[in-house]
Amino acid sequence: MDIQIALLLGQDGITNGAIYALLALALVLVFTVTRVIFIPQGEFVAFGALTLASIQAGRVPGTLWLLLGAGLVVAIIDLIQAVRRGTGRRIAGIIGWNILYPALVAALLSLLRPDELPQVAQVLLALAVIVPLGPMLYRLVYQPLAEASVLVLLIVSVAVHVTLVGLGLLFFGAEGSRTTPFSEARLDIGGIAVGGQTIWVVIASLALIVVLYQLFERTLYGKALRATAINRVGARLMGISTTLAGKLSFLLAAAIGAFSGILIAPITTIYYDTGFLIGLKGFVGAIIGGLASYPVAAAGAVLVGLLESFSSFHASAFKEVIVFTLIIPVLLWRSLTTRHVEEEE
Amino acid sequence: MRRDRFALTVFLLLLSLAPWLLGEFHVTLLNYIGLYSIVALGLVLLTGVGGLTSFGQAAFVGLGAYTTAWLTATPELPAWAALVGGSPWVALLVGLALTALFAFVLGWATLRLSGHYLPLGTIAWGIAIYFLFGNIELLGGHTGITGIPLLSIAGFELRDSRHYYYLIWAMLLAAVWLTSNLLDSREGRAIRALKGGTVMAESMGVNTPRSKVVIFIIAALFACVSGWLYAHLQRFVNPTPFGLHIGIEYLFMAVIGGAAHVWGALVGATVITVLKQGLQEILPKILGASGNFEVIVFGVMMILMLQRARDGLWPLLVHWFPRGEAVRSAPVGERLSQRTPPTSGTVLLEVKDAVKKFGGLVANDRMNLHVTAGEILALIGPNGAGKSTMFNCISGVDGLSSGEIRFLGERVDGLASRDIARRGMSRTFQHVRLLPAMSVLENVAIGAHLRGDNGVAMAAFQLDRKEEGRLLAEAARQIERVGLGQYLFEQAGNLALGQQRIVEIARALAADPCLLLLDEPAAGLRYLEKQSLAELLRRLRGEGMGILLVEHDMDFVMGLADRLVVMEFGLKIAEGSPDQVQQDPAVLQAYLGGVG
Repeated sequence: MDIQIALLLGQDGITNGAIYALLALALVLVFTVTRVIFIPQGEFVAFGALTLASIQAGRVPGTLWLLLGAGLVVAIIDLIQAVRRGTGRRIAGIIGWNILYPALVAALLSLLRPDELPQVAQVLLALAVIVPLGPMLYRLVYQPLAEASVLVLLIVSVAVHVTLVGLGLLFFGAEGSRTTPFSEARLDIGGIAVGGQTIWVVIASLALIVVLYQLFERTLYGKALRATAINRVGARLMGISTTLAGKLSFLLAAAIGAFSGILIAPITTIYYDTGFLIGLKGFVGAIIGGLASYPVAAAGAVLVGLLESFSSFHASAFKEVIVFTLIIPVLLWRSLTTRHVEEEE
Repeated sequence: MRRDRFALTVFLLLLSLAPWLLGEFHVTLLNYIGLYSIVALGLVLLTGVGGLTSFGQAAFVGLGAYTTAWLTATPELPAWAALVGGSPWVALLVGLALTALFAFVLGWATLRLSGHYLPLGTIAWGIAIYFLFGNIELLGGHTGITGIPLLSIAGFELRDSRHYYYLIWAMLLAAVWLTSNLLDSREGRAIRALKGGTVMAESMGVNTPRSKVVIFIIAALFACVSGWLYAHLQRFVNPTPFGLHIGIEYLFMAVIGGAAHVWGALVGATVITVLKQGLQEILPKILGASGNFEVIVFGVMMILMLQRARDGLWPLLVHWFPRGEAVRSAPVGERLSQRTPPTSGTVLLEVKDAVKKFGGLVANDRMNLHVTAGEILALIGPNGAGKSTMFNCISGVDGLSSGEIRFLGERVDGLASRDIARRGMSRTFQHVRLLPAMSVLENVAIGAHLRGDNGVAMAAFQLDRKEEGRLLAEAARQIERVGLGQYLFEQAGNLALGQQRIVEIARALAADPCLLLLDEPAAGLRYLEKQSLAELLRRLRGEGMGILLVEHDMDFVMGLADRLVVMEFGLKIAEGSPDQVQQDPAVLQAYLGGVG
């Protein structure tokens, strides 16, 4: 391997690593706030990418039906509950978010000829479809199980993953898709041609990390999330709703997932089931950070990206074997170094 | 005949007649149900009983299948493998050995993983092994290996799927029998105790990492057998059926069927297999596209199941067929041998300058105390004084930061709690740690764990019955001794909290200790119950037992203890007889706050 190839591989590794880092951050966020190990994170990546691809191809993305359907179910459940508990003032909000909003998105998608819109608008539309699925998912699946053990929540997450992959196949078919790059430019940095999309990925990831940091440090909602992550009961006593914190963390996770998918779709072909492996690699990073530390998780994820790209050069067939075998010593190290608080059934 | 026996007989009769009543298609379906059930059964042991979750079982199925495929269907085996090549039965043994080795290494590495790290680890190696199968040229890459020979038993070739049917179901029923035997034994109780957290099991002398590895290996071996049968039934293998998604399906089977019951494995495997068959036919027609859409249904089913009926289908089924009330009498058996009690007055426990820090917090600061045989020492102090921490350090649940602890003259700080238990110290917990779904008898029998030595294999083949009888009889004796004789077969979780504390004492006594550590034994007891507890403790003291107890009930303590040690903020502030301590100004200050 000469320096040229090494730089090329490094560039590849950092691009993927940046995406894994974003996912790792989302995973840490969801886990600390809700104790959910969010295996379906990867499906949001695939859904984001494929929804954008559908929009660009002039098709109605299948995920729109999911949004309409999930919204309807949430609305029914919440309305029944609101009536039973006599909290009638919530009714407008329930209908607005779960029925009117999806209907609005559907109207925009069918009236606007989205394939002719500027790319920014297409991206926003794709996000508008996917992001609300996060809190809806929390409402339908995890909220009734909020007090269950981490293990039960993990098994549920695997069930959600399986369901979403099946739906992905239904919505998008077995064919893979790519989207239009944000930029066709190629830069020459130190004799290496760097693709415009690569730069986009890295800069957007960094920007997103800064935004998240600001969110947690500066805003009341961000602080509420951090409080819930540190002490769920204490936060609840201070009037922070666990449910709200859960929905908020799922909203952020869905947004980060979908946005990551949109970022990499121009450089990698995304299939309905690609998300899983991408998400798991984010996981390896998150676990390096002990599912607790944001900076370590991000650094770990970049490391995974680099390891992956270099091992694909040396033993491309065994790329996945190497990446996923790596997790075992990491897990071992983690569980030996963290003081384990026993969870009982 | 009892109704559950009757149901079992009918079930077995139907099973043996099934191939004659059903067509080819249904026999094949039953074959697959049998194969999947064997794997799911391993998961029942691992997940439902032991509390460990694995998504990677399909990899072990693959190991069994590929081993036999390679050894029996490769035309020119390399010299080192030719010795064991050719015969499926030899290949089964090789596969089992390989799987055991593999599971041992993997288990040793990943079972130390706490909580949720373990299932994540299984996902990771599930994926890694799947990609390995597909990328090793020796194993035919993604196309796999074809031309696997038929099985033959004593010269009789299994040519028909009906022949395989009998083999598969005989093996499955054997696995069910072995698993049930195992669970109903000394080792089985240790395995079932894993789910309640390892602290209690370790304090009763159970080597929990070993128990975890054992069930992990057993589950892997079941999977391997299933893979071996699969390879010879199907006669070709490729990586697809051994991927992570199938591993996930195995776990779904166990959870949906009822992961805590051996028959749950069969129910789960049946439901998933039949549904899959039906859905694969119907869904593509409804949806107008081809693909494995049944996973959507399975996923939603799992979510609803975990939200609404977390224990799976089996308990619901049993509810419809109530089991006949068995005639249960207290178990009888020869007495177990007892340790020679130390003579009265011998120093049992000695704590010297013990310090325990949690980060910056000093929970115990230069603590000194000793307990002699035939004496009751009470450790008292306000909440947060560090009493329970002291207990945990003495019993080996926590390590000391500095200082030393001697038990029977031997240093025990730094030993694991199971090793301390073996030396004759037994304890109860401030927060009751019983297995609520197990009977009082079985709970107490966990305490006698170290007084038996029959292992997993003996239990699985029911060669442990004599010792098992003696252990249960001992447990029953201790329950009688603490006055709960009428609750032997009651589920421990149904008892009142005070009674549960007394069960914990019986469990500690079943270990035949010479030093008993009781953490707030009188909390939650009514007046008369306290009286009889005090009576019991006095009797034990009379027999030469040393007792160290933490208690808040001053009337109880003052009337019972020979000596007291008073703690505040991690420090010993007073020591002496009840009368001395009650006059001590420092104690009055600590309890009443600045009087005088």
